[in-house]
Amino acid sequence: MEESRDLEILKVSQLFCERDERILFKGLAFSVREGQILQIKGSNGSGKTTLLRILCGLNSGYQGLISWRGKPIGECLDEFYSSLTYIGHRVGVSKVLTPIENLRWVSGLHHQVTDQAIYSSLQKMGLKGFEESQCFSLSAGQQQRVSLSKLPLSRSKLWILDEPFTTLDADGIELLEILLCEHVGRGGLALVTTHHQLAIPGLTILDLG
Amino acid sequence: MKADESSTYQAFVGTLKRDLLIAFKRKNEIANPFIFFLIVAALFPIGITPDPVRLAEIAAGVLWISALLASLLAMDNLYSADFEDGSLEQLLLSHHPLYFLVLAKNIGHWLVSGLPVVLISPLIAYMLNFPRESYMVLFITLLMGTPILSLLGSIGVALTVGLGGRGLVLAVITLPMSVPVLITGTLAIQETGNSAPLVGYLAILGAMLVGSLSLAPLASAVALRISVN
Repeated sequence: MEESRDLEILKVSQLFCERDERILFKGLAFSVREGQILQIKGSNGSGKTTLLRILCGLNSGYQGLISWRGKPIGECLDEFYSSLTYIGHRVGVSKVLTPIENLRWVSGLHHQVTDQAIYSSLQKMGLKGFEESQCFSLSAGQQQRVSLSKLPLSRSKLWILDEPFTTLDADGIELLEILLCEHVGRGGLALVTTHHQLAIPGLTILDLG
Repeated sequence: MKADESSTYQAFVGTLKRDLLIAFKRKNEIANPFIFFLIVAALFPIGITPDPVRLAEIAAGVLWISALLASLLAMDNLYSADFEDGSLEQLLLSHHPLYFLVLAKNIGHWLVSGLPVVLISPLIAYMLNFPRESYMVLFITLLMGTPILSLLGSIGVALTVGLGGRGLVLAVITLPMSVPVLITGTLAIQETGNSAPLVGYLAILGAMLVGSLSLAPLASAVALRISVN
């Protein structure tokens, strides 16, 4: 019993969030263990993105307790942020920069990264040949891939991905599923919102209705 | 913590480099405030008087007001592009102190929008028949004053970054904070004409600069967190 509690790295309890006088969720509780992927489902407007933004600390309009390794996240924000990789609706790719320049900055915020590692990560995500083109000349799916390229580079324990599959083609979906499997294999945690049927073993689903 | 985690200094330099890179790729954003400064300053003699004596009297005010307006115009694109494309969220989710990252953005922004105005100001001053003995003071006060305007403006932009059509709101928030800088800057220049000692004015400007360097990025950081909420 004790042991299983130790493995629960991210724990949410009694979460309440209201927006525009409409209750999005009430008494929401779940926990994520090492090596677990939590897929968050729900109809449009059910608060999937809001939930992820609350977990990241980008949205503070909630009540309840969120704890990371047994401590409330407010008390260990530095530690939490250094183990978090977040990809939101807005993918965080500057359109005037090239994929290389984008990743150099965004990964550099977390850890030291070599250009060689960035090149191989971009190649892995199928962007070989686009490394030096400005991102506004890339398609939406390719920009999504640029943003996802920081996942192979990341050492983060927790991945929070908001609708990462929307603009991807079949190839891209498969690539991301492989990345998620690898991440879980290393004992990582992931929270993903998507309507896509994920082909990943050990998947847990949270339905927001 | 971990060996290859980037230091705050590296994150600071990385953010500064990235912002400068973006600025150089969007050349019009560098040119806009600069050209705006030239146009506003050039319109005063046409609108008021071409008489060199009277121009010399108003030159200090004209230069400072033009610099203030140019800085206000430039502020608009400080955080908006990053907000639109989601880079701002990535910045907020970094484990480094947000103070330094915001400071890096402010410095980068001043280097491309404030510094060119400072550098061109002696030329505009010449056009306005600026008193010869005041050139140095003009240059120094603008060099100290424009970073203050950028740092203070950053707070206003950070507060309004999520709002649409925020031009007027931004001015209403930013201008009252900028007025003391304007007063000190123009007074310092006028006093050189009366051969009065300048140390006091420069000390006040210096104090404002140090104060805004240490406090304004903190306020901007909090404002950004509120705006993305």
